[in-house]
Amino acid sequence: MSSATFRIWRGNADGGAFEDYTTEVSEGMVVLDAVHQIQAEKANDLAVRWNCKAGKCGSCSAEVNGNPKLMCMTRLNSLPLDQPVTIEPMQTFPLIRDLVTDVSWNYEVKKRIKQFAPRAPDAPDGSWRVEQYDVERVQEFRKCIECFLCQDVCHVLRDHRLHDKFIGPRYFVYTAALEMQVLDTADRVNDLANEHGVGYCNITKCCTKVCPEEITITDNAIIPLKERVVDEMYDPLTKMLRMFRG
Amino acid sequence: MTYESFEYDVLVIGAGGAGLRAAIEASSAGVSVGLVCKSLLGKAHTVMAEGGMAAALGNVDDRDDWKVHFADTMRGGQYLNSWRMAELHAQEAPARARELEAWGAVFDRTKDGKILQRNFGGHKYPRLAHVGDRTGLEMIRTLQDHGIHQGINVHMECTIIELLKNGDRVVGAFGYDREKGRFRLFTARAVVLASGGIGRAFKVTSNSWEYTGDGHALAYRAGAELMDMEFVQFHPTGMVWPPSVRGILVTEGVRGEGGVLRNSDGKRFMFEDIPDAYKSSTADDEEEGWKYTQGDKNSRRPPELLTRDHVARCIVREIKEGRGSPHGGVFLDIAWIKERLPNGAEHIKKKLPSMYHQFKQLAGIDITQEPMEVGPTTHYVMGGIRVDADTQMSTVRGLFAAGECAAGLHGANRLGGNSLSDLLVFGQRAGQYAAAFAKEQTTAAINSDEVEAAARHALEPFEREGSDAEGPYQVQFDLQDMMQAQVGIVRSEGEIQKAVDGFPGLHQRANRVGVQGNREYNAGWHTALDLRNLLMVAEAVARSAILRKESRGAHFREDHLEKDPEQGKLNTVIRQGTGGEMDVVQETLAPIRDDLQQIIEDNK
Ligand SMILES: Cc1cc2nc3c(=O)[nH]c(=O)nc-3n(C[C@H](O)[C@H](O)[C@H](O)COP(=O)(O)OP(=O)(O)OC[C@H]3O[C@@H](n4cnc5c(N)ncnc54)[C@H](O)[C@@H]3O)c2cc1C
Ligand code: SF4
Ligand code: SF4
Ligand code: FES
Repeated sequence: MSSATFRIWRGNADGGAFEDYTTEVSEGMVVLDAVHQIQAEKANDLAVRWNCKAGKCGSCSAEVNGNPKLMCMTRLNSLPLDQPVTIEPMQTFPLIRDLVTDVSWNYEVKKRIKQFAPRAPDAPDGSWRVEQYDVERVQEFRKCIECFLCQDVCHVLRDHRLHDKFIGPRYFVYTAALEMQVLDTADRVNDLANEHGVGYCNITKCCTKVCPEEITITDNAIIPLKERVVDEMYDPLTKMLRMFRG
Repeated sequence: MTYESFEYDVLVIGAGGAGLRAAIEASSAGVSVGLVCKSLLGKAHTVMAEGGMAAALGNVDDRDDWKVHFADTMRGGQYLNSWRMAELHAQEAPARARELEAWGAVFDRTKDGKILQRNFGGHKYPRLAHVGDRTGLEMIRTLQDHGIHQGINVHMECTIIELLKNGDRVVGAFGYDREKGRFRLFTARAVVLASGGIGRAFKVTSNSWEYTGDGHALAYRAGAELMDMEFVQFHPTGMVWPPSVRGILVTEGVRGEGGVLRNSDGKRFMFEDIPDAYKSSTADDEEEGWKYTQGDKNSRRPPELLTRDHVARCIVREIKEGRGSPHGGVFLDIAWIKERLPNGAEHIKKKLPSMYHQFKQLAGIDITQEPMEVGPTTHYVMGGIRVDADTQMSTVRGLFAAGECAAGLHGANRLGGNSLSDLLVFGQRAGQYAAAFAKEQTTAAINSDEVEAAARHALEPFEREGSDAEGPYQVQFDLQDMMQAQVGIVRSEGEIQKAVDGFPGLHQRANRVGVQGNREYNAGWHTALDLRNLLMVAEAVARSAILRKESRGAHFREDHLEKDPEQGKLNTVIRQGTGGEMDVVQETLAPIRDDLQQIIEDNK
């Protein structure tokens, strides 16, 4: 057994500081294990979110050595342990305490996106016939575990704080999943351009890089959505048809 | 004191599949609904479910129908199930699955474009609707995304610590928000418990911190009866290495896709011990088993897909007799299918993406190349709050229960995939009947003394801060060690008795636990408050286990190896005695309806 030092942010909205904790580390441990160990041994009241410990629930998001990560999927042997490992909360959301942030904004954003509206069922028992090929296209987006790491890293939110005008990469993924779902009939293109701020994204791809589910957020979700906006909003013919349809 | 107060017609406690489905149903019945959960929305256990949800859609094999599903569920539960719940479940699951699709779920498809179904242990035909190996995520997200447009008021990160009664009726609940530690008072005309399981009572578990049996304990303290608490499912395949991930689930879907279990001699030991009830439906050799997993309708299932209780015990036997893997498990091999499938590695990644990911990242193992090491892990509790089969009302008026925290459907052992369908079928029913009940009631007064007492009790750990007070974690660890060692997969009178004798001491320690810091998002405080519930449910498991002197389903007694037909007619019932003691009694099951008995015979 050897030990390592973890430099963990302690504090709330009123302020705080990093504190160093040294604890034993063993083979196979992940950052979340170290945090739990510290919590059990030295800092019973340390605030941290987690549930599944297997990268499935998206609860344990934090910034480890400055990188947005799921703590339960970050193995200690992937980090240099000869210096302290810094663990701090996501910066894009208001701090509640220690490693826990207030992510409720995300839940509010989702409510503003038009919900799924399927076409009439294909069969009398109320079911539909869909090709596996069509299913796979949106399944990539539906892998999202709502860890909000992409929201954390996106500069439009993190640096420019445009939370009112921009829904963020997570919700472009969500919109793309709805827009590309073959059964859906709702139209979200107008909202995307006007309310949801897809135009603010300048395709830096930082979101794609941090996604633990390896969703190709920019190329597969955002760019096609931007194209839809261009096609529908600025293509004169479509625009005219829209006017006729009301 | 005054508290932030909320008033609802129906209050749902728990936002997993069962709670969300109940809330959606109640709100569509036109009543006001509040939904409370300990974590953020969408993070409940349901999100972790992997393999799929069982529903006799008959999309892959049209010989399947609700009757076969019913018979499979009863056989799996060793006939201790509530037959009425098993009947409703099998009949209604298909409609509940299709409804999910109407709300946006995107299931894998068959060639003709229908919902695809996969094989799972104990199910005669391919029956599990699924999305790769992340079905639970698909389900919870679908319900969540539909539910947020239904006018349900969600209280995230809020923990209920007491139910409130007026006379014989539950009329509200009391809890605190995690963020600031402020108390919250909920008045309700009906309350639905959908709080999940008790897995944290054991050391090796696939369950998260949330699973401290809160709903069970809340109901028990409110006077409701619990049932069949001795039946705890140990899933045969949890990760065993590295130590920090011990217990994390490896889905049965691995075996459904052709994965095999081997011991250190390289032998497929599951062929050696096949229970009589399953002899006629199990493959004779490896070839037949393989064909079955690849959809051949004339082949029978490989023994790896026998029920979970049996597979778990065979694994324990191999380990005990010295044929285990280096880190104390056995080998689960899916990589071997490359011998049979030209694009085997790709196929594995496509069918089991999150397992691939999980082993790669947590254990540094590529499952398309090497076998996994697996061993049993505490997974699910069949026992729970005793409910009326049709309405899901508990034995206390106004209190309903659905999902894992309710008892009845699964009897002595749950079949994989029958939980997700359970959540939807009985979540829907609980929501419907709770709404109907609420409409008939007036809002009743809350007893403020009761509330004050609950608040005072909750704050006591802060007063005990100091050098002589013990922290909450050590008590929890000691309880988990004790349950694992004495009330685990293989049980005996003497061992269980040791656990029973251990409770008074643990209760005393729990009552003296002190916590540091303040009320803001304080994990130590939360753990201290959960302890009382965890101890209560653990004791219920131990006391029930001692009473059932036979081996049946998940309950295995090495001092009573056989099934006892007499005890097979008895449910174990737990209630709080008038002096606060725990009463455990056995009650006779209601005799099964003739037509249902006939279905069972026809499917034998
Ligand atoms: C890793 C894993 C894989 C699984 N795979 C499958 C599968 O493939 N197929 C299948 O059918 N089943 C599977 N299961 C079982 C199934 O997932 C669970 O039994 C099921 O999801 C439980 O759902 P639920 O709605 O009853 O409770 P949960 O989803 O666990 O939700 C419980 C809710 O109650 C809340 N709660 C608890 N206590 C309180 C309190 N005191 N106050 C307020 N809120 C509270 C929690 O916060 C949570 O929101 C799996 C389980 C696990 C752990
Ligand atoms: S690609 Fe767009 S959404 Fe993603 S981080 Fe960059 S600006 Fe934000
Ligand atoms: S898209 Fe990826 S990074 Fe963003 S919330 Fe979903 S899983 Fe997390
Ligand atoms: S704890 Fe669930 S993703 Fe880390």
